[in-house]
Amino acid sequence: MALLDVEDLSVTFARRGQRTVHAVDGVSFSVDAGEVVGLVGESGCGKSVTSLAIMGLLPKQPGLRVGGKAVFDGTDLLQLDDRSRRDIRGRDVAMIFQDPLSSLNPVIPIGLQVTEVLTRHRGMKGAAAEKEAAELLDRVGIPDPKRRLKEYPHQLSGGMRQRALIAMAVACQPRLLIADEPTTALDVTIQAQILELLKELVRDSGTALVMITHDLGVVAGMCDTVNVLYGGRVVETARRRPLFREPRHPYTVGLLASVPRLDAGRGERLNPIPGSVRDLLPWADGCAFAPRCARRVDECVGEPPALVLAHDGRSYRCVNPAPLPGTLPPPAAAGAAPAAEAPAGTAKAAEATAGPVPAPREEEKP
Amino acid sequence: MFRFIVRRLLQLIPTLFGLSLLLFIWLRRLPGGPETAILGERGTPEMRAAIRRNMGLDEPILVQYGRFVRRLIRLDLGTSTSTKRTVVTEFVERFPGTVELSISAMLIAIGLGIPLGYLAARRRGRMLDHLSVGGSLIGICIPVFFLAYVLKAIFAENLGWFPASGRQDPTLGATRITNFFVLDGIMTREWDAAADALWHLVLPAVALASIPLAIIVRITRASVLEVLNEDFVRTAEAKGLTESTVRRRHVLRNSMLPVVTSIGLLTGGLLSGAVLTETVFAFSGIGAFIYEAISQRDYPVLMGFILIIAVVYVLVNLLVDLSYSLIDPRVRVR
Repeated sequence: MALLDVEDLSVTFARRGQRTVHAVDGVSFSVDAGEVVGLVGESGCGKSVTSLAIMGLLPKQPGLRVGGKAVFDGTDLLQLDDRSRRDIRGRDVAMIFQDPLSSLNPVIPIGLQVTEVLTRHRGMKGAAAEKEAAELLDRVGIPDPKRRLKEYPHQLSGGMRQRALIAMAVACQPRLLIADEPTTALDVTIQAQILELLKELVRDSGTALVMITHDLGVVAGMCDTVNVLYGGRVVETARRRPLFREPRHPYTVGLLASVPRLDAGRGERLNPIPGSVRDLLPWADGCAFAPRCARRVDECVGEPPALVLAHDGRSYRCVNPAPLPGTLPPPAAAGAAPAAEAPAGTAKAAEATAGPVPAPREEEKP
Repeated sequence: MFRFIVRRLLQLIPTLFGLSLLLFIWLRRLPGGPETAILGERGTPEMRAAIRRNMGLDEPILVQYGRFVRRLIRLDLGTSTSTKRTVVTEFVERFPGTVELSISAMLIAIGLGIPLGYLAARRRGRMLDHLSVGGSLIGICIPVFFLAYVLKAIFAENLGWFPASGRQDPTLGATRITNFFVLDGIMTREWDAAADALWHLVLPAVALASIPLAIIVRITRASVLEVLNEDFVRTAEAKGLTESTVRRRHVLRNSMLPVVTSIGLLTGGLLSGAVLTETVFAFSGIGAFIYEAISQRDYPVLMGFILIIAVVYVLVNLLVDLSYSLIDPRVRVR
C-alpha cells in the first residue's frame, strides 16, 4: 500500500456574492515509501493548496471546504482532529516552504527554532536538544553549527536559511516530506546545492518526498513519478522518463516545449503556451486547458475529460492527446470513443490507479 | 549599546536648547505677564514697570535668555514667581505624583489593551472583536477631562466607592520619603497609607488610561492579525507545535513590536492628559501645577517644568528603543 494516498481531493473557497473558486478539483495521486513524486504546474494551478490541504495548514476561513481523502499510513489526515494532526505534523509528515526568510521567525534564534521541534516530538530538552540541533545543522551542511544556533535568520544567507528550514523538517526523521518550491527564492548555484541535499537526505533516510515545483529541470533531476496539474486537476501522471520522452497531454507538451534551451540558435524565439491560466471557463465545465489548447476538439467542452489509463502506468485526462512518436496521429474521434467500445487492455493497465471522476477508460493500443 | 545611549543623550542637548529658545520667546509673547497676575487689574503702570524691572523682564529678550541659559548650565532653574520656592523643589515635590498616575494609567492600558487586542484578533468578526473595536473608538473620541468628570460624578460622588480628590487622606499622617506615596507606604510598612494612595489613584488613572488603552487595543489587534498571516507562523504550525507555543513564541512576540513603539509615543500624550486629569481630581502632580503656572504667567516654573518633561519624554523613548532591540534582534543599536 502506498504511504500517502490522495483521493479525489478538492478545495473550494466560497464567498458570499462571488463565484465559488475550485482551487483543487478531484486531485488524486499516491506516494510510495521512499519515492520522490513531483507535482508540477504553473502558478495558480493548485499545487501549493494541495500540499497545504494535506498538511491541514490552509488558513481557517469561512467558506473553505476540503473534500476527499488523504490517507497517510492508514489514517485519513483530513478527518483528524486538531490535536492528532499536530502530533503527526513535524514528526511523520514535514514540510519545507518556498521563501526561507519569511518562513523563519525573525526574532528567535535558529537554535530554538530547531530545538522546539525536538522538544515537541522527541521530548528532548536543554543541552541534549542543543547537541542534536547542532548535529542536524551539520548534517544539512551548515558550517560552524554551534555558532549558528545562536544566530538569527537575518544573519544567515538565503541558502543557509533554506538549509536551516530543511534541518527543522527532517529533525524527527519524517516518513514523508513535502517541499513546496524549496528553491524558488534561491539563486541557481544554491538551488543545485539544496536539491542535491534533499536528494541525499531522502536517499539516506528512505523518506518519501513530494516535490512541488514549476521547474521542469527540478523534476528531471529528482522525481520518480510526476503529476502535472492544470486548473486544480491532475492532467497527466507518468514516470519521469516516459513523461519527458513522450508527453501525451497537450499541456505537458506545451510545458516541455516552453523550457528555454541554452543550445537554441541565436534569434530563436521562446515557445510559450499561448494565453494564461483562467479560473473562469466560458462554458459550464470541461477541460480547463481547452481555451489554450492547439489540439482542442468539440468534445473538450461540456464535461471534464475522463482519465485515460495507458499501458505503461501512465494516465492523462485528454480526449485528443498528443500522438506517440513513431505512430500516425489517431483521428480525433478515436480519443473520444466511449469506454464500452474500447478493447480490453492489458492487465498492467487495468491495475493502474485511477482518479474517481468520471470512471476511467483504457487507452486504445496504438 | 553604550555608544548608542551616549549619542542619544548628547542629541538631547541641542534639542533642549532649541526647545528652550522657542518656549522662552513664545511665553513672553503671551498677553499679560506676571505683573498682571500679581497686581490684578488695579495695578498702576508704574507698579507694573517696577515689578517687571525687578524680575528683569524689561531687558531685551536675548539678554534674558542668555541669563536663563547661564543658570541652566548650573542646573539652576530659578524660583517660582508665585510660590517663591525654587522650581527644582516644586518639581521634586510634585513630579512623583504625576509619575505614579502615569505609570498606573500605562499599566491599566497595557495590562488590558494587549490581551483585549489579542483576543479581538483571535475572535475576528465575532462579538468580542466588535465590542473592543467599538469600545476603543469611543475611548479615543471621549475627551479625557469629560471622562474624568463623569467617572468622578458616578463613582466618587454618587456611589462613593472611590475618593473624589487628592492623592492620600491627609489624616493618615503618612511618612514622606520619596514623595511616591505608594512606594513610601510600602517602604515604611504603613500599609494603610499605601492602600489609600492606590485607592486615590484608581479614578484618575482610569480616566487617563482611556486613550492609550484604546490605541493599544487597536494596534495590538491589527498587529496580531498581520502576524497570524506570516509565513513563519505557518512554519511553526507545520512543525506540529502546540497551539499555545505557536501563539506565545511566534505570534505574540512578533506582534509586540509596533505596540512597544506606540507605548513610547503615548507617554508624551499621557503627560499632557495628566494636566487635565489632575486638575479634575485635585491631584497634586505637575499637571495641576502647570495649569496654575500658566494662569499666573509663572515663567520660571513653565520653562523649567516643560524642559524637564521634554527630558523625561526623550528618556522614555530611549528606553523604548532599547527594549525594542531586546525584542527584535534585527534592530541593532549602534
